[in-house]
Amino acid sequence: MAGGDLEPVIGLEIHVQLRTATKMFCGCALGFGEPPNTRTCPVCLGLPGALPVANAEAIHYGLMIGMALDSELAPVSTFHRKNYFYPDLPKGYQISQFDLPLCSGGKLGEVNIHRVHLEEDAAKLNHAGASGRIEGADSSIVDFNRGGTPLAEIVTEPELRSAEQVGEWLRLLRTTLRTLGVSDVNMEEGSLRCDANISLRPVGTDQLGTKTELKNMNSFRFIERGIRAEVERQRAIIEAGETVTQETLHFDPKSESITSLRSKEEAHDYRYFPEPDLPPVVITEEMLARAAASLPELPAAREQRYIETLSLSPETARVFAWRAELADYFDAVCAADQSLDPHVAANWVTELQGRLGDEEAEDSKVTAAALAQLAAMVVSSQVNQGGAKQVLDQLVAAGGEPASIVADQGLEAVGGADELAPIVAAALEANPELTERLRSGDMKPIGVIVGEVMKQTRGRADGKEVTALVRKQLGLS
Amino acid sequence: MIDRDELLHVARLARLALHEDELDATAGELSTILGHVAAIEELDLEGVEPTAHIGDVSDSLRADHVRPSLARDVALAPAPAIRDDGFLVPSPQGE
Ligand SMILES: [Zn+2]
Repeated sequence: MAGGDLEPVIGLEIHVQLRTATKMFCGCALGFGEPPNTRTCPVCLGLPGALPVANAEAIHYGLMIGMALDSELAPVSTFHRKNYFYPDLPKGYQISQFDLPLCSGGKLGEVNIHRVHLEEDAAKLNHAGASGRIEGADSSIVDFNRGGTPLAEIVTEPELRSAEQVGEWLRLLRTTLRTLGVSDVNMEEGSLRCDANISLRPVGTDQLGTKTELKNMNSFRFIERGIRAEVERQRAIIEAGETVTQETLHFDPKSESITSLRSKEEAHDYRYFPEPDLPPVVITEEMLARAAASLPELPAAREQRYIETLSLSPETARVFAWRAELADYFDAVCAADQSLDPHVAANWVTELQGRLGDEEAEDSKVTAAALAQLAAMVVSSQVNQGGAKQVLDQLVAAGGEPASIVADQGLEAVGGADELAPIVAAALEANPELTERLRSGDMKPIGVIVGEVMKQTRGRADGKEVTALVRKQLGLS
Repeated sequence: MIDRDELLHVARLARLALHEDELDATAGELSTILGHVAAIEELDLEGVEPTAHIGDVSDSLRADHVRPSLARDVALAPAPAIRDDGFLVPSPQGE
């Protein structure tokens, strides 16, 4: 299949740590950063005879996720044992779900969801270097605090087509999960982890190429870079007429290199069988009603509301809604001054965010009330656009109140015809040739006149008003 | 009938060290078990609900309430080796 255009086919598996108080199958408190092995019990240590009992809240969060993703919720769901040996898994198996996951199908944005199931997280392995105790061998230290943390695994259909699309969609997913309140969704701390299955195929075909699995990428930037690197690696292999090997890969963001984890093929022979220690989970009407009642306004709905109720542009609606913090800030600006046109509020929020870069507006020195006040002052012509942007710069740098900044710095718009008319008249008088051209209907020189008035007023005049005065004084309208 | 290669594969997955002289007997026992399951598969189970669990299952979930964890020295007591308050184990191969 060398030659021809190739397109990436990408599917994602996302592991989300749920924000319950206790672990999936025991009453140990979840912990992050606690001293090692202080959050364990016979169940999460996998001691013989200990019996797991599923956490009702984890099921509840799973149902909320399923509803948010428009999945079909199983009336009865079962747990299975996924068998493999690894030191981070004390029982020799992970309790997961197999043929009856909690949620099947669904959709988020443009991407279809394959399934969502619940499982338990593994413990944490820390490399210990060569050990004297275990002769001649490299050794690791196991901390079981994380072992048994509830996870929702969200599996997409292989429908994503580019690294950029993956990044954008993951941000939507993260915002959705954060809005649901079911997880901290912090990639750096590992509460949101993403694996990507990647293959290439000739454009316009349905055939599936050999896929590789890129494991455990822990930031959006690395995910995009990792996928881009793997797509290019596969493209080079295929264009050289060779075949891609199915394997599990690790992307090193420092060197941008991709290495095989060389997992043995039998490692994928998990021999799932039903977990005999856990009865099936029967989803009751009460559970469904409670999950439905717990759903907040989700990004997709918020996007719709911004478009339909506030008539924001679809682009702005998406930028805000897909970034919950920004949308919350925008809502706060609108709430601070309900007479403010949402368009105007949106423009100023965008203007502010442009100055903040990655920083969240709500973490900046600019309060929603201050931004609302500034926007209102522009609307009522107390300050013009240019002046207001200067005020915004100062708010970003040092905070404060727009009205007093305007007063302190003399940025008030030169308001009203009374004050402006003589200045406009003087500008026309000083430029007789331009005035003649304007009078004869050639409006090109008007910029020069406006510029002159701006100079005289140190930029505090309203350009539209100056234009109107020029027309009026020359009897043009 | 399970053959020798299949038996060795399954044994390796289960981390069972089978000696040469155990292979035939173990293959025979496993084949008997599989034969029993195959016999069950012959039954006409049309209209019978699949059994996911042998208990008489009424739902049993746990409220999300914290219970005390073990003291660390108790948790670590059965560890074959301890370092930095953790279980010291051989590093998994290939990592
Ligand atoms: Zn526990």
